[in-house]
Amino acid sequence: MSPRITLAIAARVLTQLRRDHRTLAIMLVLPCLLMALLWWMFSDLPQPAMVPGQPEMFDRLAPALLAIFPFIVMFLVTSVTTLRERGSGTLERLLALPMGRLDFLVGYALAFGLVAALQSALAVGLSVGLLGLDIAGPVWLLMVVAVVDALLGTALGLFVSAFARTEFQAVQFMPALVVPQILLCGLFVPRDSLPDVLGAISNVLPLSYAVDAMSSVRDSTDTGGVGGDLAVIAAYVLVGLALGAATLRRRTD
Amino acid sequence: MDDAVRVAGLTVQRGGHDVLRGLDFTLAAGEVTGLLGPSGCGKSTLMRVLVGVQAGVRGEVTVLGQPAGSASLRPRIGYQTQAVSVYDDLSVRENLGFFARVLGVGHGRIDEVLATTGLGDKADAVVGNLSGGQRSRASLGVALLGDPDLLVLDEPTVGLDPVLREELWATFHTLAQRGAAVLVSSHVMDEAERCDRLLLMRDGLLIADGTPDAIKQEAGADDIEGAFLALVRGGTAGGAA
Repeated sequence: MSPRITLAIAARVLTQLRRDHRTLAIMLVLPCLLMALLWWMFSDLPQPAMVPGQPEMFDRLAPALLAIFPFIVMFLVTSVTTLRERGSGTLERLLALPMGRLDFLVGYALAFGLVAALQSALAVGLSVGLLGLDIAGPVWLLMVVAVVDALLGTALGLFVSAFARTEFQAVQFMPALVVPQILLCGLFVPRDSLPDVLGAISNVLPLSYAVDAMSSVRDSTDTGGVGGDLAVIAAYVLVGLALGAATLRRRTD
Repeated sequence: MDDAVRVAGLTVQRGGHDVLRGLDFTLAAGEVTGLLGPSGCGKSTLMRVLVGVQAGVRGEVTVLGQPAGSASLRPRIGYQTQAVSVYDDLSVRENLGFFARVLGVGHGRIDEVLATTGLGDKADAVVGNLSGGQRSRASLGVALLGDPDLLVLDEPTVGLDPVLREELWATFHTLAQRGAAVLVSSHVMDEAERCDRLLLMRDGLLIADGTPDAIKQEAGADDIEGAFLALVRGGTAGGAA
């Protein structure tokens, strides 16, 4: 691996993204619009609702969504762009050049990680600043979790792109790999109230830890618990990148 | 001159059948070798073998003194794939700049390559907006960036204006004179006369290997197209299988 090549790839991906105004707008503005929609949905309900001591609905759901958005967006963007690179012959050309496979993967992860940081800054800023999201922990930690979630989406997207032949197939992987994680992450049913089998499955899905991390930032000023969740997600990111590297074969048919 | 490429008993299996069936040849440094044959005869596969990105390779393939695909060869080989493998959404200059950084060559090379490929006035145009020939030249430019010792060009002159084609062939000869081995594939037989040496290919086999004049003389034909036909009908190599 060489820092020069890794950074060259990250810079190139960002230049391509900057050229594509529509994608950039969707990546940055869409999460904000969806957070606003969520807030608006609950705005007419009698406040404070629920049992005393329980957070309001928006406060309950918003952190989970802040974890899920960067994950989904980065998963989609990464799997489609990598597939494009495989199909156009540029990947073959790069693999014939002195580029390490990790240069390629880490370059992509860096570029998309940066976009994710910007995306989360906007969505978190809007939620906390304008929509009144009430969190106990530090706001920056919310962003750190969001960026790590985005990297998780990037790693998974890189891996999945090896198994899709077309962009159409790559997009179809989303409902298969992402929706079950959303259903089981604790957003709908608390994870410890799930049936045993589903609880066990939920325990091995990375998004569960992302949502757990977000929830602990919301509930507690003690940042210790978040570290453990972040470590689990980071481990998944590394495994995803390693699997992605394994699928990048220099020699192909 | 030293042999830049030595190939012995090269067979490539793809999808259960042999795409290349026992090739033996050498490529000399300082020469432009034309790899000619109809579409689907195995030209691209052979080129991918030399560059080291083809799977299922058997036989001995030595490139610049090392086994094909060795990591140390990657900076020394310039490769233009048949598909235009540059980024459509970047400008020509941005594409060259990116690949120059991957190769670790200075930015001065970019202007040289722009001049060589005649893309100076299109340097800041986004590749996706260029014509097919211009895009192919941008892709060729990337292959030239590293000043390679072996240049492997898969159909670089397809669809180009004759004047430009003439200029590019002159460029290939200039690069060869500086000591590079240049392998250029084409399915158009009339490009044969521009090569120092020819490899004629059909159906995964080499049916002729020599200078254009020697091949014509041996086959008793006036042009390479005729020689190709005579060789195939005579069953010199291809008919036996």
